[in-house]
Amino acid sequence: MSLTRIYGLFLRHFYLITRSFPRILDLIYWPSIQITLWGFISNFFATHTTYYNNAVGVILTCAILYDFLFRTSIGFNMLFLEEIWSRNFTNLFIAPMRIAEILTSLVITALIRSLIGLVPAILLTSPLFGISILDLGIFLFILFLSLYIFGITLGILVSSGLLRFGPSFENIAWSTMFLLAPFGCIYYPIETLPEIFQKIAYVLPLVYIFEEARNILINQTVNIESVYYALMWNAFYFSLSIVLFYYSFNAAKNKGTLINMGE
Amino acid sequence: MKNLIEVQNIKKNYGKKEAVKGISFNVEEDEILGLLGPNGSGKTTTIGMLLGLLKPTSGQIFINNLKLEENRIQILEIINFISPYIELPKKLTVKQNLYVYSKLYKVQNIKERIEYLSEKLRIGELLNSITGELSSGQKNRVSLAKALVNEPKVLLLDEPTASLDPEVGDFVRTFLEDYKKEKKISILLASHNMNEVTRLCKSVLMMKNGEIIDQGKPEDLIAKHGRTNLEEVFLKLSRSKSEFN
Repeated sequence: MSLTRIYGLFLRHFYLITRSFPRILDLIYWPSIQITLWGFISNFFATHTTYYNNAVGVILTCAILYDFLFRTSIGFNMLFLEEIWSRNFTNLFIAPMRIAEILTSLVITALIRSLIGLVPAILLTSPLFGISILDLGIFLFILFLSLYIFGITLGILVSSGLLRFGPSFENIAWSTMFLLAPFGCIYYPIETLPEIFQKIAYVLPLVYIFEEARNILINQTVNIESVYYALMWNAFYFSLSIVLFYYSFNAAKNKGTLINMGE
Repeated sequence: MKNLIEVQNIKKNYGKKEAVKGISFNVEEDEILGLLGPNGSGKTTTIGMLLGLLKPTSGQIFINNLKLEENRIQILEIINFISPYIELPKKLTVKQNLYVYSKLYKVQNIKERIEYLSEKLRIGELLNSITGELSSGQKNRVSLAKALVNEPKVLLLDEPTASLDPEVGDFVRTFLEDYKKEKKISILLASHNMNEVTRLCKSVLMMKNGEIIDQGKPEDLIAKHGRTNLEEVFLKLSRSKSEFN
C-alpha cells in the first residue's frame, strides 16, 4: 500500500469539492434540510404520543444517524460515478494503483464528504430543537462507526456492480438505500414489521444500530449484545463486499468494461 | 536492441466472438510501431490487453521483460497511454490534474516534472485553467503531459492527433519524434492517419478481423503491394477478403 497514491486519489476529489461552492453547499444543504424537517416532526410526536415521551430527540437522532449512513453510501458511489462521468475511469485504472489503495482512498474521502454534511446538521439541532446527539455518549462513536462501515459496504457493493455491468448500473446506486431503509427500522421498533420482514431485518446490522440508539435514548441503558451483533454483521458484509469488488474487477477485465467505461 | 514490449500469441474472446486471434509482435527500445487496421479489427482490444485492462484469453505479454499477468503494478509504473476517448477530470485545473497523477505515479520532484512538461508541450499558460474549458488541441497536449508525467518507457497512443488542426497535429508529431529520440522509449501508435504513421513509424502491423494480416516497414509495404502510399496499402488490405484471411 502506498500512502502517496492514496493521498493522490484523495486529492483528486478534494480539489473537486473545494473548487466548487455549489458542491459544498449541496453536501451541507440536504442533511440540514432533512434534520430540520425531522426535528419538527419529532417535536410533534413528542407531544402527541406516549412512546417517545421519555426522549424528545429519538426521531431526530435516528434521522441524523440515517442521514449519515445515506451520505456515506451515496458519497462513496459518487466518487466512483465522478470517474465515469468525467471519462477518467481508464486513466485511474491504468495508474499503478492497487485495488486496496483505491478503496482506502475512497473510504477516507467518503468519510470527509459525509462529515462536511453532517457536522452543520448536528450543530443545527441544538439551537433549533434543544437536542444534542452527544447524549448518546461514548456509544455514539460505536453507532457512527457501525453506520459508516455499512454505508461504505453498500458503496463498495454498488461500485462492484458498476465495474461489472458498467454505467447502466447507475440507477441501482441511487436506489440501494431506499430499498434497505424499511428493513433498517430507523424510526420504528422491529416489532412493527411483518414477521417475514423481521427475519430479513435481523440479518442486517441496521436494525441493531437503530434499536440500540432508541434504547439508549429512551431507557438510558446499553445493550452490548446489539452493539456486538451490529459489528459482527458489519464485518461479514464488509468482507463480502471486498471479495465481490475483487471478483467484479477481474470480471470487468474479462468482459472489457474497464476500457469502455463512460457515459 | 532490447524489446520493451513482447506479445506472444495473445487471443481475446468475448464469448464466441474472437476479437483477437493469436497475434505476436515485439516493440524495441527507441522504436515507434504503428498499429493499423479498420474499425473493429482488434487494435483497441490489443491496447487494452497491453494496459492490463483486459485479460487475454490466452497468450502472454511481457513489458520490459516482466510478465504482465504477474507484475501489473510494476509495469503500470513504466507505461502510459492517451486516447481521445478518455479525459482528465474536467473540473480540476491542469496543474491539479498533473499534480494528482504525479502522486498516483509516485513521481519525485513533481514541481520540476510539471515545469519540464509545461515547457516542452507549451502548456505553461494553461496550468491554472480549468481542464474542461480547454480547446481540443490544448486538451490533447495536457493529456500528453499526463501520459509523460511518470517518464514512461512504453507509451501507447490511440489516435493521438485525432480532431487536431494541422498545426497542433504537426507539433504533437514533432514532439513525439524528439521525445522518443531523447528518452529511447517504445511507442505503440494506433492511428488512422497514414501520413502520421509513415512519418513516425519504423514499422507497422496491419490488423484485420483480429489478425495481423501484414507487417513491415512502411516503404517496404508500399513497394510490396505496388502502391504509392500507405493509405492505398491500407485500403487494399482492408477491402480484400480472401487474399490475406
